[in-house]
Amino acid sequence: MQTQDPLIRNHNFNEVALGFSENEAILEASRCLQCKNPTCIAACPASVKIPDFIRLIKEKNSRVAYDTIYKDNVLPAVCGRVCPQESQCEGACVLNRTGRPIAIGALERYVGDESLKCGECKDEKIIPNGKKVAVVGSGPAGLANAASLRRMGYDVDIYEALHEFGGVLQYGIPAFRLPKTIVESEVLRLEKLGIKFHKNVIIGKSLTIDQMKNELGYDAIFVGTGAGLPKSLGVPGEGHSGVFSANEFLIRVNLMKATPAMDYPTPIRIGDNVAVIGGGNVAMDAARVAKRLGAKNVFILYRRDKSSLPARLEEVIHAEEEGIIFKLLHNPVEFIGENHQLKAVRCEKMELGELDSSGRAKPVGTGQYETFPVDSAIVSIGENPNPIISKATPGLETDRKGQIVVNNHQTSIAGVFAGGDVVLGAATVILAIGEGKDAAIAIDEYLKKI
Amino acid sequence: MYEIIEKKPQNADVDLLEILAPMVAKNAKPGQFLIIRVDKNGERIPMTIVSHTETTVTIIVQKVGYSTMLLGKMQKGDALEDVVGPLGMPTIIRPVKKVLGIAGGVGAAPLYPQLREYASRGSSVDLIIGARNRDHLILKDDFAAFCENIHIATDDGSIGTKGFVTDVAKRLYETETYDLVIAIGPLAMMRAVVELDKKHGLKTDVSLNPIMIDGTGMCGNCRVSIAGKTYFACVDGPDFPGDDIDFDELLARQNSYREEEHICRIKLGDKK
Repeated sequence: MQTQDPLIRNHNFNEVALGFSENEAILEASRCLQCKNPTCIAACPASVKIPDFIRLIKEKNSRVAYDTIYKDNVLPAVCGRVCPQESQCEGACVLNRTGRPIAIGALERYVGDESLKCGECKDEKIIPNGKKVAVVGSGPAGLANAASLRRMGYDVDIYEALHEFGGVLQYGIPAFRLPKTIVESEVLRLEKLGIKFHKNVIIGKSLTIDQMKNELGYDAIFVGTGAGLPKSLGVPGEGHSGVFSANEFLIRVNLMKATPAMDYPTPIRIGDNVAVIGGGNVAMDAARVAKRLGAKNVFILYRRDKSSLPARLEEVIHAEEEGIIFKLLHNPVEFIGENHQLKAVRCEKMELGELDSSGRAKPVGTGQYETFPVDSAIVSIGENPNPIISKATPGLETDRKGQIVVNNHQTSIAGVFAGGDVVLGAATVILAIGEGKDAAIAIDEYLKKI
Repeated sequence: MYEIIEKKPQNADVDLLEILAPMVAKNAKPGQFLIIRVDKNGERIPMTIVSHTETTVTIIVQKVGYSTMLLGKMQKGDALEDVVGPLGMPTIIRPVKKVLGIAGGVGAAPLYPQLREYASRGSSVDLIIGARNRDHLILKDDFAAFCENIHIATDDGSIGTKGFVTDVAKRLYETETYDLVIAIGPLAMMRAVVELDKKHGLKTDVSLNPIMIDGTGMCGNCRVSIAGKTYFACVDGPDFPGDDIDFDELLARQNSYREEEHICRIKLGDKK
């Protein structure tokens, strides 16, 4: 798939990957071996019938290809872009033997985009079953859950705390990886399916779970509120001005459209030298956004080595191409400020020791330190579930990380289900979609029994 | 959409707005706040809920920055793009006999529902209210409905004592004693009150209004260091015991953006 030139794209927010043309898509689809026992499907958290939709692309029938994907995944245009295909479907493709697996993500994106291009709406016949379910959170888990339930005939209300729908797709993933128009179109499509979207409602505050069950009469509730609470390093100086959580930084830019040009009223100021702490996809996003906002030097501080970076390889390569510097084996130990304004980050140089519980080599301090002058630092070391609902809901069991405890998506409260990052901890979009879908089945089984 | 059903200018810079927002009003409690976006590109502006009915919420807005000025242009009958809440933890109403409220400028707005709640639970309530001048004194009559003694301080002496609320408090502490002080106003004022109260062995609750975006604990911009621990004002607050707050750090964070600097400078009672 073609991409924008790195030195041009690192100054704009247009999409990096340009997508397949019809010819490119057909050519790529023709390489698929149509395996009898497709390893790709087994490797997909949403079990998309991959060989089927690829065959349909080859047959120039992208409309039916879309229907095929949609049965298992309501957000093909999104997943085609943001799934870690190399460790899922593409990683399992038998053509890896030849070194060139099928570009399944790019093909899925092609199908999703084609369907959005013609403004196509799923003309599905919904047979109402008279029961109503509330979905809390409009991120990938909530959208997938709502779509599945709606197609089973449920009356579905989605409640979103923010002023835009899409959850992390809206506030977290930058436009150059996932254009916001795609998220909006997908939401519109679900609205046309009869799902009712309510913004600005914070469950646990505006409405409690108890009020939803007893006053509003929901037969079941799905909690898909994601992992939105940023983890902090816990080192001195983290309270200085100029230290951001990746969440704050990305929310300002993605959701509030902050730019140094002040085209929108929400401000952002990051300066010339920006350190991003962490090695995951969110860290790559933050670094690449910082570059696009005009920062001259953007560098990643990561305490392990390059091969341990949790980010997708593609994101790491894109970041490098765009001029992001990787300072590996550096562990921040202090943010140094003057009058509480950040001036520098002090790091301990690390080396790799024995394997730790995560199976990766444990970074060990060397006792040598290095200080980097910076104007801002973006802490991107992961997120935990937001505790608003669990705090406001007596009897809702969570573990020590704040993740909701479930048994086949059923929480400790009857009729209340959960799935996605709020259960798993920060994971991927497609896992959340898979969870939302599975939880819909669990909700349906539960409601058929009572 | 969220309709403005009443607009009452309090003075040239301050408006009272009553807004139709049933989802915010339903569970609102004293001490909680809401977030407004005026239009579809708007900033998210946190505002204390001053009072509420079953379906409406009342806020008091000081027109100091771009977004609050934009809000000030809205008239009765206009609709706001977004109103969300109630956010934050309700005020913890402590079982005390005698409370002193200290308000600086529009800090009177968040103080009002708290003091009223104390009064309704039987506490005796006194008030020191500070403002730039006579015109900028807000909610005085509303406070008068339940406060036993009201002491006024203005910058220009146009009404009450000429000087700071802390000047009045210093004098008051010579003869009066309180179980609790609640101070709400500009950061520098709250810091000055906390310092003064410590000398007199008084506990001070404050209400913080740092820069926020989502208001639900996601961004961490509103973080505040208290006795070396980090709290988020949006979900853990906005009310905190004032004694161990790192006000210097908060002031620096408040000043991160020029607009906020502007707000801080002209907030009443802040002479910095």
